[in-house]
Amino acid sequence: MGLLSDPNRRRALTNLLTRLNTPLWGMPVDWLVKAMQARGLEVFTQSFSRTLPFPDENKERYMVHGTNVYGILRAPRAPRTEALVLSAPCTPGSSNNQAVGLLLGLAQYFRGQMYWAKDIIFLVNEHDLIGMQAWLEGYHHTNTTGMSWTPLEGRGGSIQAALSLELSSDIITSLDLVLEGLNGQLPNLDLANLFYAFCQKIGVLCTIQGKLQRNDWDSAAGYSQAVQTMLLMVLKQASGRPWGDHGLFLRYHIEAASIRGINSFRQYKTDLTTVGKLLEGMFRKLNNLLERLHQSYFFYLLPSLSRFVSIGYYMPAFGLLAAILLLRALDLWVQLGSPAPGTEDGLPFGPGVLSVLTPLIISHLTGVALYTLPIMAQQTAVEHFPVSETEAVVLTAIAIYTAGLALPHNTHRVLSGEGTEEGWRVLKLIAIFYMAVLLGCTALINFSLGFILALTLVPVAAFITPHVPRVLSALVMVLLSPGSTLLFSIFVYQELQEAPITLLEGWNLFLSVISQGILDHNLYGSLVYPLISLLVYPCWLLLWNILFWK
Amino acid sequence: NLCTAALLAAVLVCGLTCASTAAAEEAITEEYESISNANEHVQAQDDYARSQKRREITEHDDDQNEPPPSSSSSSSSSSSSSSSPPSKDYFKEELVIRPLSSGDIYASFQFQTRWDTDFFAPGKKVSHYRLFPKSLGQLMSKFSVREMHVSFTQGYWRTMQWGQPFLPAPPGAELWVWFQDSVADVDGAWKELTNVLSGIFCASLNFIDSTNTVEPTASFKPLGVGNVTHQRFLRYAVLPREIVCTENLTPWKKLLPCGSKAGLAVLMKSEKLFHSSFLSLAVHIRPVCQDWGCKGTAWELRQTVNVVFDLHTTGQGKREWSFFKMFSRTLTEACPLATSSKVYIDVTDNPQGELFELNPAAPSLTQAVVLGDRRTYAVYDLMASGTFGLLRSLNVLLRWKTPVDMLRPLLHGERYVAGYGLQTGEIHTLIYNNHPYRAFPVLLLDIVPWYLRLYIHTLTVTSKSRENKPSYIHYQPSKDRLRPHLLEMLIQLPPNSVTEVTVQFERALLKWTEYTPDPNHGFYVGSSVISALVPSVVAMDTSYTLEHPLFSTFFPCKEESSYFVRVYTEPLLVNLPTPDFSMPYNVICLTCTVVAVGYGSLYNLLTRTFQVEEPSPGVVKRLANMIRYLRGVPLL
Repeated sequence: MGLLSDPNRRRALTNLLTRLNTPLWGMPVDWLVKAMQARGLEVFTQSFSRTLPFPDENKERYMVHGTNVYGILRAPRAPRTEALVLSAPCTPGSSNNQAVGLLLGLAQYFRGQMYWAKDIIFLVNEHDLIGMQAWLEGYHHTNTTGMSWTPLEGRGGSIQAALSLELSSDIITSLDLVLEGLNGQLPNLDLANLFYAFCQKIGVLCTIQGKLQRNDWDSAAGYSQAVQTMLLMVLKQASGRPWGDHGLFLRYHIEAASIRGINSFRQYKTDLTTVGKLLEGMFRKLNNLLERLHQSYFFYLLPSLSRFVSIGYYMPAFGLLAAILLLRALDLWVQLGSPAPGTEDGLPFGPGVLSVLTPLIISHLTGVALYTLPIMAQQTAVEHFPVSETEAVVLTAIAIYTAGLALPHNTHRVLSGEGTEEGWRVLKLIAIFYMAVLLGCTALINFSLGFILALTLVPVAAFITPHVPRVLSALVMVLLSPGSTLLFSIFVYQELQEAPITLLEGWNLFLSVISQGILDHNLYGSLVYPLISLLVYPCWLLLWNILFWK
Repeated sequence: NLCTAALLAAVLVCGLTCASTAAAEEAITEEYESISNANEHVQAQDDYARSQKRREITEHDDDQNEPPPSSSSSSSSSSSSSSSPPSKDYFKEELVIRPLSSGDIYASFQFQTRWDTDFFAPGKKVSHYRLFPKSLGQLMSKFSVREMHVSFTQGYWRTMQWGQPFLPAPPGAELWVWFQDSVADVDGAWKELTNVLSGIFCASLNFIDSTNTVEPTASFKPLGVGNVTHQRFLRYAVLPREIVCTENLTPWKKLLPCGSKAGLAVLMKSEKLFHSSFLSLAVHIRPVCQDWGCKGTAWELRQTVNVVFDLHTTGQGKREWSFFKMFSRTLTEACPLATSSKVYIDVTDNPQGELFELNPAAPSLTQAVVLGDRRTYAVYDLMASGTFGLLRSLNVLLRWKTPVDMLRPLLHGERYVAGYGLQTGEIHTLIYNNHPYRAFPVLLLDIVPWYLRLYIHTLTVTSKSRENKPSYIHYQPSKDRLRPHLLEMLIQLPPNSVTEVTVQFERALLKWTEYTPDPNHGFYVGSSVISALVPSVVAMDTSYTLEHPLFSTFFPCKEESSYFVRVYTEPLLVNLPTPDFSMPYNVICLTCTVVAVGYGSLYNLLTRTFQVEEPSPGVVKRLANMIRYLRGVPLL
C-alpha cells in the first residue's frame, strides 16, 4: 500500500498537522472547505443549532451552534448508490486535530485511486455527537429529536459502513475499538473482525475497552482479564448511550465503529502513517463489499477482540433468571386457585379490581412524574433553591424517586377496609408477570441492561411478601432498586477501569450520569431513561407496595 | 473488370462480419439469399461503383475549396446529390472535446450514418447494405421500428461540476423504442426486440420485461420525422444495475463502417475508455428528412460515446490533456469511407489563448449555439492533409494556465430515500431551477418498481416552502409482479428555486424465490427523468445586446430562446426486508441429517425381519423330547 510513501505527501500531512495544531477558535470551516476542495472532493456544509433542555455541565454547552463540513469522493464507476463514511469529530481546542489531518491526508490519497466502487464521504463534525446527529438526520431527512439543521445538498446514496476516528496525538501506542452504540446496539461483528485482522497484519496493538488481549488465555489471570473486559462491555452496553460518534449510525442500519488512538507510556510507538495504512486497508475491504454486512453476528459480547460470546451462550443465563419469575407466578396462581384453609368462610375469590388497580395507577403516575417533572420544573427549582439548572434537574429526579417510596400506596385499606391475603397475591402475580415481560423485552433489545436489571430485581420479586421482616426487607429492597443499581454500576465500572473513586466522587459521578442519561434521551433518543422511569421503577414500586401491604 | 469485383467481395465480407454479430438467425439466412440473388449482385455492383465515383468527386471538391466550418448536420454535397440514385448513404464522424471547469475533460464521439432509403416502402425489400450496419437494418425492418435509442452508461453524469452533456444518459442501460403504427402486437415485438438487442450488444437487455417497461405519455416524444405520437407505440425501460464493459464496446465498434481500424474510432481503446469517471455508449436510429423540403425520409444511425476523464486519476492532477494521455493513441487518418471527419475543441473561454494553449494551433474556428450557450470551437479537419503535420499524426495538446469557473447549470435534479427502518420510506426528488428570473415547466417521469408500494396520496410538490400544484399528472398504479408504477408530472419551476417532490412508500415482502442472489445489496430504482425546455443562456445574456443592432434585440425571444434538456437523477438503492437466507440453509442441513438418521433407522425397523433366537433346550427337555419322539407323540 502506497500511502504516504511519497515524501511530498508526507510533507503535506506534516504541514496539515502543524496548521491544525495552532489554537483554534471553533472549527475552521472555511479552511476545511478549501482544503477539501483542493483535494478534489465535492464539499458541502451543514449548519445546525440545538438548545439543550438544560445545560450540559460535563461538556459545558447549552445553546449549540455548529457547522459540519463534508466532502464526497465520487466513485468513478458507481452511480451514487452506495457510500462509506469516514468521520472525525472536530472540537475547539486541539484534541482531535490529528484525526482531521489524517482524514484530509487519506482524502488526498484516495482521490488519486481508480478502484473506488462506493462514494466515500469525509465528514468533519462539530460538537461531536450533536453534529453527527444533525448530519445523519439531514442525510436521511428525518427529525426524531427536534433539532434544527439546514438540509444537505450532496449525498452519496445508501451508506454501507462508517468509521469514526479519534486521535489525540500524532504518535500512538495502541488503537482502541469502540462498538457500543445508542440503546446498546452493536455493529456487525465482522467490522470488529476486520479491524482486528488489519491490526494483526500491520502490527499495531489493538485493544477493546482499553484492555489488551492476553496470550495466556487458559490461565486464571487471562480468564479474569477476559471477564473484566466483558463486564466492561456489559456495563457500557447497558448504559444505552453512544460511546463514540459511530453510535448514532446504528439506528440507520449502518455498520459503524469508532477507532480511538491511545498514547500510553508503552515503549513501542506507532505513527500516523501506520494508522493511515490501517484505515486504507479497511476502506478497501469495505469498498469491495457486494452486500451490506449481514452474515455475521449482531448480538455478541466480547471478552477480547478475537473471541466472542454469542447470543446462544448468554441468553440462557437470562432465561434461567426469568424462569424464577415464571415459576413464582405459577406458584402464586396455584395458591390463588386453591382457597387457603384459614379463610374458608364462603368468601368468593376476588379482592376487588380497585384494590389492585389503584396501586398500579399510582405507581405509574409516579413514573410519569419522574419522567416529565425534572425538566419541566427546572425553572421553578432554580428560582427557589440555590442550585444550577443541571443540579435542579438531577435533584428533582432523585427527590421524586425517593418520594415515590413514601407515597400512600395502601389505598386498598381505605377502599376495602383491610388488605387481604388474596389482594397482595393478585397484585404480586400481576407485578411478576409485568416484570417478566418487561425484562424479557429489554433483554432482547439490550441484553446487558435486561440482565443487570434482572439480577437485581428478580431476587426481590421472588422473596417479597408482606410477612417478611419489614425493616430488613425494606433496606434490601432499597439497595436493590434501579437507582442503587446505577450507583453500584458506577463503582464497579470505575473499579474495572482501574480508576477507583471515593464515595463522594462516586456520588458526584452518579449525579452527572443521571443528567447525562436525561440528556441522551432528549438529544439522541436513548431509551434507557424513559424505560427506567416509566416502566421499571413503577414495577419496582408495586413490589414495595406488597411489602407494606398491611 | 477485376477491380470492382474485388471491391464487391470486400463489401460482402464486411456485410458478413457485421451480420455475424447479430443474434438473429434471419440475418444470416437473408445474407445467403442476397448472395444467391445474381440480379442484386449486379445492382449492388453498379451502386457501389457509382457511389465510389461520387465520393471521389466530393473529396476532390473538398480539397479544392475548404467548406465553411459549421456544426449543422446538412451535408455539403446535398445539392449535387439530387441526380444520384435513391439509396445513397453517408458517414460522418466527429469528436468534440470540452475541457470542464473542474479540470476533467469531456470527449464526445459522434458517428452518423445516413441512408436515404425507406425500409418500409411497400413492395420493396431492402437487402443491400453498404455503410449502414445490416444487423440493425434488419432489426428495424423485421420489428417495424420507427425509432430506437439504446444507451449503456457507467458512472453518473455530475451536472453540477460538468454542466450539461451533449447526450444525456442514465446510469445502466436505457432503451426506448417507437414502433410503426402498423404493429399490432407491440408488446410481443418489444419482447423479441429486447432479446435480439441483447444478443447484438452482449448486454442483459433480455431482462427487460413487463415489470420494468412503461409507456410514458409525455416525456419521450419521437426525435425523428413522423406523426405517430400515441404512447401505445412507445416502450421505455431502464436497467439501472446493468454494468457496462468491454464486451458491450466491441459489438458497438463493429457497427461502424471502419470498425476501430481507422478514423476517430482508433482512439477508443477499452482500457483507457473504461478508466474514466463517466462512459456512455449509445446507438440512436431515427428517420430524418432527406432534404429541406422533406420529400423523402432518410434513416439516421447515430452512434455516440461520451467519456469524461478524471483530473486526479487519469490526469495525475495536472491540467494538461492530450490525445495520447487520454486515449494512449493519436490520430493518423480519417475513416476512408467518411464524407466528413472533424475534431472540435471547445475554446469558448479562451478567445485569445490566455487561459490555455492548443498545440498544434487550430486551423479554423467555428461558432455554434449548443445547449443554449454560444460556444466557439477550434476545428481540425481530418480530411485535410495539412492537419497531420510532418509526423503524420495528430496529437492535440491542451494546457491550462488558470482554471475557469463554470456557469451554474440552470436545471439539475437529485433524488434520495429518506427515513430509516425496513418498513416504510420516502422518496425525495429535488429539482433545482437556477435561472435568476425565469420560471419554466419541467416534465418529471418516475418509474418505481412494484415492490415499493407508493402511497400516492402522500405525494407533495413544494417549491419555496409553498405547495406547487402540478398542471398535469399521469399516474399508472403498479400491479404486483406485472408492471411498475409510472408517475408523470408537469411542474412549473419558479425562478431560482428548489422544488421538492416527495412520496412515501412501503417496502413489500417478496416471495422467497423473488430475491436476487445478493438480496442484502438492495434493490435498484431507476433514475427519474426530468425533461424541460430551459431558457437559453444566450437569451439571458444582457451584454449580448450591446454588440448587436438595436432593432434585433428588443424582444428577448430569439430563435434559440430555449433549448431541450433531459436530466437524469441518480438511481436509488433500497433495502427490502430480507430473511436470513443462511437460516434456511442451516435448516435444510439439519433436517436432512435428522431425516437421514430418523428415516434410516425407521426403514431399518420396518423392513428387517426379526427372529427370536431359540435358547437351546435344557437336558431334561431334550430327554423328554427324545422319549416323546420314540413314543410318536408331538414334541414339546
